[in-house]
Amino acid sequence: MTKPIKDGILYDHNHDGIDRRGFLKCMAWAGTGTLCVIQGGVLQSFALNDPAAKRAKGQLTFVQISDSHMGFNKPANPDVIATLKAAVDKINALSIPPEFLLHTGDISHLSKPAEFDNVDQILKTASAKKVFFVPGEHDVLEDEGAQYRERYGKNTKGAGWYSFDKSGVHFIGLVNVMNLKAGGLGSLGHEQLEWLEADVKHLSHSTPIIVFAHIPLWTIYPDWGWGTDDSVQALSYLKKFGSVTVLNGHIHQIMQKVEGNITFHTACSTAFPQPKPGEAPSPGPMKVPAEQLRTMLGLTRVDFVRGKHALAVTDSTLV
Amino acid sequence: MRKIQSSFAGKAVLTLVLIGALGLSVKWAMAADANPPGPEVKIDNFSFTPQQITVKAGTTITWTNRDDIPHTVTSTDLVFKSKALDTDDKFTTTFTKPGTYSYFCSIHPKMTGRVIVE
Repeated sequence: MTKPIKDGILYDHNHDGIDRRGFLKCMAWAGTGTLCVIQGGVLQSFALNDPAAKRAKGQLTFVQISDSHMGFNKPANPDVIATLKAAVDKINALSIPPEFLLHTGDISHLSKPAEFDNVDQILKTASAKKVFFVPGEHDVLEDEGAQYRERYGKNTKGAGWYSFDKSGVHFIGLVNVMNLKAGGLGSLGHEQLEWLEADVKHLSHSTPIIVFAHIPLWTIYPDWGWGTDDSVQALSYLKKFGSVTVLNGHIHQIMQKVEGNITFHTACSTAFPQPKPGEAPSPGPMKVPAEQLRTMLGLTRVDFVRGKHALAVTDSTLV
Repeated sequence: MRKIQSSFAGKAVLTLVLIGALGLSVKWAMAADANPPGPEVKIDNFSFTPQQITVKAGTTITWTNRDDIPHTVTSTDLVFKSKALDTDDKFTTTFTKPGTYSYFCSIHPKMTGRVIVE
């Protein structure tokens, strides 16, 4: 079913002589829609449309989309409706329909009701009817997130955090865009950290964990606010688990890091790209030639096969 | 008749003076819109410029967002707080008490600024 790649990738992210899983090379394949599976420390790959990649029993497939910024209309992308629709078309064309979608925030651009309504209407046309959300900083303007929680936060706690289980995988949605302090990064806060510690306390260490939040839970580039002040404490509660995957948005580009049992991954935006760290004066919308725009927007598919302890994370662009 | 002529002329002069005054006052109002009464802070490229500004008590400062992404002007002591400002939106506030007022963008908290009021 899977063909091992010839040159057994092991990539040393931290230059410390410890073998890391070869996600970096996987990233280079991302645009071609390749499925990369980590199993027993070895990277395996097969094409996204490989008929052998049928849904195996006990398999869970979902798609992460992020940063739709509905309402944005500047030159970097004058039509974010069209690009979100293109992302949904891509979802609907997947050979394995996803069971649900995860939206990692910045659903709207200015927290306007019409913006949220537009996203809801477009997502209704996706093959996966269930969508789980976490808010981005653009979703909680003016009202401390009251509108966001009214729409998407039923059965959540505090500012909108929650957890749920699917096919034996434990999902945790965190909110790190509230009560941001001057000069700071993203923030989870004491109440949410206490909730998280209690939420995972009694789970067996073999339970696969997926955490999703808007701002990255590892420090990518502090000057641009790309990190979370108190994420280290949150991740300390997850040390005991054999497999933890962290899915984030906010930075509008794909970045990955593997650290011990934790794989961190950020998704593309469906609205506009942003520059790589330090490659521009600021992290704002990045204008690219029109024909290139959709090659820099995209979505992420995640596959889990029960009993394999392997979570496959695949990115594809809109083109 | 002379009486009528002179009163007519008087009215004409009065009307001319009134029109002149109206024209002047319109010009003044437009000038006030183009140039706010006090200093300005520009918001662009995820920065407040000037990042630190010193003014006298009673001064009104205007922030204008020239960036292509929304920002806010939020005092760290919650003395003032703007709504989310989209491109070309403005926020003004008058500083009556001397002191140092630190502020930041609540959406992008790495953006910070300071107003010193003397």
